[in-house]
Amino acid sequence: MISRDDVAHVARLARLALTDAELERMREQLNAILAHIDALRAVDTTGVEPTSHAVPQFNVMRDDEPRPCFPREDMLANAPDRAGDFFRVPRIIEE
Amino acid sequence: MRTIHELTDAYRRGETTPSEATDAYLSRIAKLDDKVGAYLTVTADRAHAAARAADERYRRGRPLGPLDGAPITLKDVFCTRGVRTTCASKILESFVPPYDATVVDRLAKAGAVMLGKSNMDEFAMGSSTEHSALRVTRNPWDLTRVPGGSSGGPAAAVAAGLAAGGLGTDTGGSIRQPAAFCGVVGLKPTYGRVSRYGLVAFASSLDHPGPFGLDVTDTARLLGAIAGHDPMDATSIDAPVPDYTAGLEQGVRGLRLGVPDEYFTKGMDAEVEAAVRVAIDVLKGLGATLERVSLPATPHALATYYVIAPAEASSNLARYDGVKYGLRVPGRDLIDMESKTRAAGFGAEVKRRIMLGTYVLSAGYYDAYYGQAQKVRTLVRRDFDAAFARVDLIVAPTTPNVAFRHGEKADPIAMYLNDVFTIPADMSGVPGVSVPCGFTASGLPIGLQLIGRALDEATVLRAARAYERATDWHTRRPELA
Repeated sequence: MISRDDVAHVARLARLALTDAELERMREQLNAILAHIDALRAVDTTGVEPTSHAVPQFNVMRDDEPRPCFPREDMLANAPDRAGDFFRVPRIIEE
Repeated sequence: MRTIHELTDAYRRGETTPSEATDAYLSRIAKLDDKVGAYLTVTADRAHAAARAADERYRRGRPLGPLDGAPITLKDVFCTRGVRTTCASKILESFVPPYDATVVDRLAKAGAVMLGKSNMDEFAMGSSTEHSALRVTRNPWDLTRVPGGSSGGPAAAVAAGLAAGGLGTDTGGSIRQPAAFCGVVGLKPTYGRVSRYGLVAFASSLDHPGPFGLDVTDTARLLGAIAGHDPMDATSIDAPVPDYTAGLEQGVRGLRLGVPDEYFTKGMDAEVEAAVRVAIDVLKGLGATLERVSLPATPHALATYYVIAPAEASSNLARYDGVKYGLRVPGRDLIDMESKTRAAGFGAEVKRRIMLGTYVLSAGYYDAYYGQAQKVRTLVRRDFDAAFARVDLIVAPTTPNVAFRHGEKADPIAMYLNDVFTIPADMSGVPGVSVPCGFTASGLPIGLQLIGRALDEATVLRAARAYERATDWHTRRPELA
């Protein structure tokens, strides 16, 4: 069972500001889902390799040649906040 | 309501034009989509321009191919240059992509006319389209019921005659399940057969773009246009694309069909089971041989999916931080801004999956959940490998039940259980189609699922076409006043 504190910790990791009511509902629902998922632990997977992709793919290489990229203005067009040619964010480094 | 092949034949004979057909679809959308709710954005101006160009090509006797002038809809998960792409989420409600997804580009180059972008569960997470943050979509066969999901918008649009075909994505069943619920054909191709470039990512190892059609021939045409290697998607398979329409009429004589014990479960809808068993007998009557097969890892597939898909989603959705695009809610510092933005921008199901995914990937739980799920995924794949050593196709129900009422599956696990018969093919990457195979007494469509070997869409489509030719379920249309 995961606790309310566990849920709050995961919410911080996931960058989700949840209300107290949401935290409580999330705790109940995650516990119910995890109870269902826990059946997996009983499956014997001794010696079984994990699958990360259905179709095995190995390193896909291409020639390292310069190619045109998107125009800067196109990339900035959806910015919620910008300063000139930059995306503007709240201050990260203390003065 | 005409199929794409009927429409393009009519264009060729000069009986109608792409512009006339496009106008007819747009006025039908204007008249009926308030009831169905399939569309999030209608792109009438673009559609008119694309249709006029197609008119001109037919006038010169030089159409681009079997999709030229076909009016279609795209699930709002595919990036469309200059047309907002929302993923049915508040966090992307005003996002306008600077480029087209590869599949969008390929359909445009094939002459298809995009009518608009259709509804879905937010970020493709759901089985009813009820998790759309932007609109309610209703099943054209019964407006009190859901169209399925997550590609409920394109499925409902095609069923209701609001588009002649469409594209969706299937991560746990999101093409085949709404196709079954809406009584249309929906195909999930082999993983890597169709490029994911420009598809808003949900679970990258499981996301499959694929077509919806009113019949198998249309579905094959759409697949032919979008399939094939794309250097922009490193997981795209570099293999030749066959002409999927070429062998469609060859029938099923001599094909070996596997009927899996695990896909006929206690608790499934008796009418669904009965219709699917009759459909399997039809295929037998057409000359296929039947064999019982076992896919013993099937009961674990759902739990495996609900570890792997949320894990990948929690990572993919980390990009929605309010910096480069999408919603931003101001905060006192960067983390506060991100946390408030994501809390305001994501709906309940998306938050639930991000939380679940973050939890199963977090320190101390990774091996127990994610590592173990990846190993069980191998067992699911091995089941298919073993079955396909003996049979050419697997035949099964698409879903354990028919379309349910809005609000009926409020419990997340009840909703997840809808996908028990579709998830294994996503985890294995093998192709599967759902075709209409009957109706319940109350008039709701039932879907037959055909699953094939990797890259063998041609056999899947051929058997689906043989079944379709022997039955008339696919010719029934819902009545929408």
